[in-house]
Amino acid sequence: MVEKSAVKKINTPLTEDIVLNLKIGDIVSISGRIVTGRDSVHKFLFHERPDKKEIPFDLEGGIIYHCGPIISKTDDAYKLIAAGPTTSMRVEMYEADIIKAYGIRGIIGKGGMGDKTLAALKECGCVYLHTISGAAAYLADRIKGTAGGWKIEEFGEPEAMWQLEVEEFPAMVTMDAHGNSLHREIERLSFERLKKMMA
Amino acid sequence: MLKLRDGIIELYKKVAVSVPSDVEEALKNAYSRETSPLAKGSMEIILSNISLARTTSRPICQDTGFPVFFIKVPKGISHQLVKETVMEATRIATKKVPLRPNAVDIVTGKNTGDNTGDHFPLIYMDETEDQFLIVDLMLKGGGSENLGQTYKLPQSLAVGQKAGDLEVLAERDFDGVRKCVLDAVFKAQGKGCPPYTIGVAIGGAKDQVAFLSKIQLMRRITDNNPDNAITELEQRILSDINGLGIGVAGLGGETTVIGVKIGAGHRHPASYFVDVSFSCWANRRGRLIW
Repeated sequence: MVEKSAVKKINTPLTEDIVLNLKIGDIVSISGRIVTGRDSVHKFLFHERPDKKEIPFDLEGGIIYHCGPIISKTDDAYKLIAAGPTTSMRVEMYEADIIKAYGIRGIIGKGGMGDKTLAALKECGCVYLHTISGAAAYLADRIKGTAGGWKIEEFGEPEAMWQLEVEEFPAMVTMDAHGNSLHREIERLSFERLKKMMA
Repeated sequence: MLKLRDGIIELYKKVAVSVPSDVEEALKNAYSRETSPLAKGSMEIILSNISLARTTSRPICQDTGFPVFFIKVPKGISHQLVKETVMEATRIATKKVPLRPNAVDIVTGKNTGDNTGDHFPLIYMDETEDQFLIVDLMLKGGGSENLGQTYKLPQSLAVGQKAGDLEVLAERDFDGVRKCVLDAVFKAQGKGCPPYTIGVAIGGAKDQVAFLSKIQLMRRITDNNPDNAITELEQRILSDINGLGIGVAGLGGETTVIGVKIGAGHRHPASYFVDVSFSCWANRRGRLIW
């Protein structure tokens, strides 16, 4: 179904060229700054559409990580304890518009997304990166620090937008900018098998 | 109740940073069964995350879940006092473990910050003839909880990738139950962190089956249902689901579930409910005897 390939190292901010070069099945290792965003951030960006200047982090060419981390606050810094992905499908209705409005080039999450997002990936030159669900301690070790968060008070810690500095963060391309989705393929294969079991 | 409080804080810690031995064993077995590099690679990361979390005493998953307690209390001990102790232990454990604050107010949208709120944690109390108190805790991940489904048989199931793909009739028998569970797993795909453990309940009331399917997730992977007919159904459904090829993390492979556990309650003649509860691979549960 997909060929196993060597690990592709990518750095943020991503360019269109980098994104177009990625295909489903590619294993990537991400370094640089990314931001977290889950249910509340997506709903807010979709409806309120704040100006880019109002957001303390630069989202152009950026990656949104569907993640609500555990963060402990010491006197002068935030420490990341655990930070795995959350289910991406919950923000399906918002993501396409947010990719377009803010120039997002990458989404990290788990479980894949739907047709609306897949079309936006192709239209805008963006990529969906699946990372291992529940591997929170393992992934937190690939996050070197956080520059702080936005909307912590309003949305609560798990739902705030955090800027993270990641180093060799592992993920796999499961939806690319060429209209391919590994999740759709698995779904199709499992449906063929399901039909026989339901007969 | 001070010692009980500290015991519950320790239980929180243990359940958040480790998976039970039977679950870890089942995941290791799955790893050796897998052949595709994708599935094997994903299982490798899951297994190293388990040992990393345990050795560094950090939560296995950033979602430390919705805490659900099943408590059995000896006669004469105040249920109210036990509940208050659980609430206090929860507040302390949230800071100490730490747990992610997960209790969100429905009206204001504010996170309470300490994992307590209305009906949060969920606490089911029962009485026991024994002289000791049994506290079972499940830290229930939200992603897998969202995949749960309730069916009312007979029911026509619309299955497939788009509307009109396939229409299946689930009747009031074990084959109907099997079809419902397959429908729920097909719809779930990889969204809730497979390989899953699945709790199923058959009965005659919404709350009866919701509770029963949830508590099935507390059973050990290796246990046997006391009812042979239900054991057979558990095994049949397990084998069918693993035949779907959804696989570890939903990226394809041999292992979509590591356990299927079914409970049943008597039903009203008019009703035949089937409820399906999902746990992610990190089926975090533990027991304190006090």
